[in-house]
Amino acid sequence: MQAPVEQRWSPYADNGGTCMGVAGEDFVVVAADTRLSQGYSIHTRNCSKVTQLTDKCVIASCGMKSDAITLHKHLKARMVMYEHQHRRQPSVTAIAQMLSTTLYYKRFFPYYTFNVLCGVDDEGKGAVYNYDAIGNMERVPYTTSGSGSALVMSVLDAQIAKSNQTIATPSLDKAGIVELCKDVLSSVGERDIHTGDYAEIFLIDAAGISKTEFDLKLD
Amino acid sequence: MAPGQYSTDPKQHTLSPIVTGATVIGMKYKDGVILAADTLASYGSEARYKDVCRLKKVGEYTLLGGGGELSDFQYLSDQLDEMADEDWLNEDGCFMGPKEYSSYIGRVMYNRRSKFNPLYNQFVVVGKKKDEPAHLMYVDHQGTAFEENFVATGFGMHLGIPLLRNSWRADMSLDEAKALATKCLEVCFYRDCRAYCKIHIGVCNGTSVDISAPIPLNHFWGHGAWTEKRLEDDDPTATW
Repeated sequence: MQAPVEQRWSPYADNGGTCMGVAGEDFVVVAADTRLSQGYSIHTRNCSKVTQLTDKCVIASCGMKSDAITLHKHLKARMVMYEHQHRRQPSVTAIAQMLSTTLYYKRFFPYYTFNVLCGVDDEGKGAVYNYDAIGNMERVPYTTSGSGSALVMSVLDAQIAKSNQTIATPSLDKAGIVELCKDVLSSVGERDIHTGDYAEIFLIDAAGISKTEFDLKLD
Repeated sequence: MAPGQYSTDPKQHTLSPIVTGATVIGMKYKDGVILAADTLASYGSEARYKDVCRLKKVGEYTLLGGGGELSDFQYLSDQLDEMADEDWLNEDGCFMGPKEYSSYIGRVMYNRRSKFNPLYNQFVVVGKKKDEPAHLMYVDHQGTAFEENFVATGFGMHLGIPLLRNSWRADMSLDEAKALATKCLEVCFYRDCRAYCKIHIGVCNGTSVDISAPIPLNHFWGHGAWTEKRLEDDDPTATW
């Protein structure tokens, strides 16, 4: 007779954090906070969720950090393999499909990551893909994932898709979307304890990828 | 079990620690990085082994500090020693540094958690290779890994981190860094039942890795508030 075990070990952890992606006509904006937390503890305030895969594609992953590290390492290796075989970098659409397959390959012991894949596609259009942990994916005009995603999505619905707006307003330009992302992450930091510290904002367009950093609350 | 017989029980993995170490404190300072841990290995709530070194020199430039299951710490230490030996045997004039070892340890931890057979530890891997910048990484039993300027594991995450956040600076001298790490472990000793009043401090400065002899901590239990009997007087100001 074995004594009952008080708490079972779990291979999974939730490290929190929020990321978002918004597609424009010929550009895409990706934003994510840099807090890494576990329960009520903050592990570190400065840990990037975003990995650059090609010259015009990045991935942002929320959920469990160790799975995200592993997934990003794996994807980066696949980028190198593709380039060696085909003498060019994979397109965003190709990476998007591969990511789905990669996630579903671990269907019965999933990567606990919630990914947003963003880039500029072969037609020069902004592309945003959203995934669940087991590889279900969708190309969308804008999306978000992570601990503050419910808070982000409601604002993006109103400000990007103009849902439920009674007064017509012009759609946002590139700078406007970047500012919106900053505002949204700042506001989410006020309500979600797992989001905060700093934000990284990536702008991908014909000129390439540019990264800016933005301060969030350190509380 | 008798020879030739085999068990029909399912294979058991360590999913809860037995002999454990508590806090490890690590921080970068002006010329490198330091690591500190107390010398106690607990068996549940028993203070079982009181003169254990939870710091381990790995290769030429790296220091590993472990909290959690001590047997898993020793197992990994042995594996890393073998790795360091092979690195040396190559005779190629280059050696692995803290970046390589911490990355490797991170993958080992993730691999073991993925087999549901974790190494039940929280590690701090630090080091400085020659003129390269100091490196400090946290790795735990689920493979969670990140780099920082200072970290604390276990109870130190709650008791030591606030002190580190208040007092840590990038341009600290070695003595200041040692004093801060000592202070953190002192606070842990006062409030963490699995902490101890003897510590090791390890220093990596790019040329050498040194682990100190055991250092006793100062502690004083004679404060009035701790010695006066209050609970028996039904005193509502008693706070502990």
